[in-house]
Amino acid sequence: MSTLDLAETSLRDVNAALQSLNGTTNQTAWEVLNPRGAHALAVGLDAPVEVRVKGSTGYYCAGMNAEATIHVEGSAGPGVAENMMSGTVVIEGDASQYAGATGHGGLLVVKGNASSRCGISMKGIDIVVHGNIGHMAAFMAQKGNLVVLGDTGEALGDSIYEARLFVRGSVKSLGADCIEKEMRPEHLELLAGLLERAGADATPEEFRRYGSARQLYHFHVDNAGAY
Amino acid sequence: MKDTPKTLPRYSATFTPEVNAEIRRAAATGIYDIRGGGAKRRVPHFDDLLFLGASMSRYPLEGYRETCSTSVTLGARFAKTPVELAIPVTIAGMSFGALSGQAKEALGRGATLAGTSTTTGDGGMTEEERGHSAKLVYQYLPSRYGMNPRDLRRADAIEIVVGQGAKPGGGGMLLGQKISERVAGMRDLPQGIDQRSACRHPDWTGPDDLEIKILELREITGWQIPIYVKVGAARPYYDTALAAKAGADVVVIDGMQGGTAATQDVFIEHVGLPTLAAIRPAVEALEDLGLRREVQLVVSGGIRSGADVAKAIALGADAVSIGTAALVALGDNDPAWEAEYQALGTTAGAYDDWHEGRDPAGITTQDPDLAARLDPVAAARRLYNYLSVLTLETQTIARACGKSHVRNLEPEDLCALTVEAAAMARVPLAGTSWVPGQVF
Repeated sequence: MSTLDLAETSLRDVNAALQSLNGTTNQTAWEVLNPRGAHALAVGLDAPVEVRVKGSTGYYCAGMNAEATIHVEGSAGPGVAENMMSGTVVIEGDASQYAGATGHGGLLVVKGNASSRCGISMKGIDIVVHGNIGHMAAFMAQKGNLVVLGDTGEALGDSIYEARLFVRGSVKSLGADCIEKEMRPEHLELLAGLLERAGADATPEEFRRYGSARQLYHFHVDNAGAY
Repeated sequence: MKDTPKTLPRYSATFTPEVNAEIRRAAATGIYDIRGGGAKRRVPHFDDLLFLGASMSRYPLEGYRETCSTSVTLGARFAKTPVELAIPVTIAGMSFGALSGQAKEALGRGATLAGTSTTTGDGGMTEEERGHSAKLVYQYLPSRYGMNPRDLRRADAIEIVVGQGAKPGGGGMLLGQKISERVAGMRDLPQGIDQRSACRHPDWTGPDDLEIKILELREITGWQIPIYVKVGAARPYYDTALAAKAGADVVVIDGMQGGTAATQDVFIEHVGLPTLAAIRPAVEALEDLGLRREVQLVVSGGIRSGADVAKAIALGADAVSIGTAALVALGDNDPAWEAEYQALGTTAGAYDDWHEGRDPAGITTQDPDLAARLDPVAAARRLYNYLSVLTLETQTIARACGKSHVRNLEPEDLCALTVEAAAMARVPLAGTSWVPGQVF
């Protein structure tokens, strides 16, 4: 285990050390001490290494992550794992706004709750939230899967494209062009895999699926009121 | 019996034939007009300014003998590797999707020949433009289509787009005709749908967040490359000040004459400021922060000639950016395609339905047959020629004003032909010492 201490080392040096790792490194296990809400921590990683952040982080932790597995042993500020390409990010606590925003791939797990706009504009990422999520989740979500074990806020999936949304609890309201859809066997199988990878104690049959009605895919004046 | 004289038919200055035609079109369709390009209305512009040239108190430089440099460095404030350009004219962001791959290649080739940069657009970075652009600015847009760290790291600069002059406060829509399999793949969207681009960034709101977003992008790119912030001309003093305070290396201000691939005509013509009105407040903001020249100002929107370049620089720009003019140089709206423009219900010079993807010149299209009409090498040569002329014209004016570097042009070299232009550019009305609004 290699250790980086933000009480002694600058953010630049911590990130540079982690970013310098590549697929051939033998130093695959790292811990970062004293994050104390630092912004832009462990961003732009590009190697199959495991990083444990021993505390809470500020904005954009694990931003644009590729391949790395990053555990935050605390809560994460806005935009955690934004634009993630691959790898895994696990937040032991809660996540603030925009968790997983625009993510292209990989798995984001939030063990606590996630705030508003979770999965906004997601483009292929898988997100599993063990708790509840706030309003406007999966706004303009394009691809990927958002799984919520708890409840959702207002306007879930507003203007959604082809992302799949799975919710176990209540949905306060659905956004424009988002509808409940049939849970077919392939969805149950997909969900079972996501729940297992996220360490979630739930069964697929407890969830309902939501997705795009595809009524807003082509701009038409008669839909103007829905936009 | 003589005929009684009659009042001639008289058109309203308010309800002109064009206005009435638009009312009838709106009544028939129920939808607003969407088009490409920038504001077409007449607004105060660089044409309303004149250079004074040298005289008893100014010493000119010899046109063909004495050096007048044109180089510019963008982004040295924080970036370890700033962008070094041979000329103060860059190519503005235009997306693959809005433009064909051949057009993007031509822009890259032409800009590289001229020693300047080109810029991606919504939809990500293509191999055509990266491969053919020696200096490539990678736009960071609200949609984040195609955004990935690999392309971020192989960019020469990042341009965070907050807005653009044609539609400050607006997003975009690329209609399904242009969402080809390749465009759809790059944007992670189904093929053929009308694709919306958001008007706000998904993971930051306001200048305090932007400061942290800039930190993140710098951390991901190792503080190597400059970060520009582009805004549509709306509140140029405060927008420039806030962008600089948030940590931008370069601020890009785009006036309402700046083009877009597609948006509502009402948006283009009625939202935002003319380019001329935006420059001096932006410069003032940098001066007030003590950041003039440390943070560079790039101005775009309606730049057509070396005179426009020189005037923008004299008012305080470090460089300018061109989009529409570059497309025209490639071949957009060329009268050679007049018969086809007529078939589309328009005429060469007025064609602006770029969103429909039926561009006869093969530039604003994803139709493979139309796109094949543009020879990227020949088009690049035209762009290079045009950029050379812009540079020569700018040097001609700068020498006449006694400047050994175009950056030394200054407001004192200018006067205005109209009261409006004098007020906006903060230079005297021609033949007077009167600057409207200036209190001595």
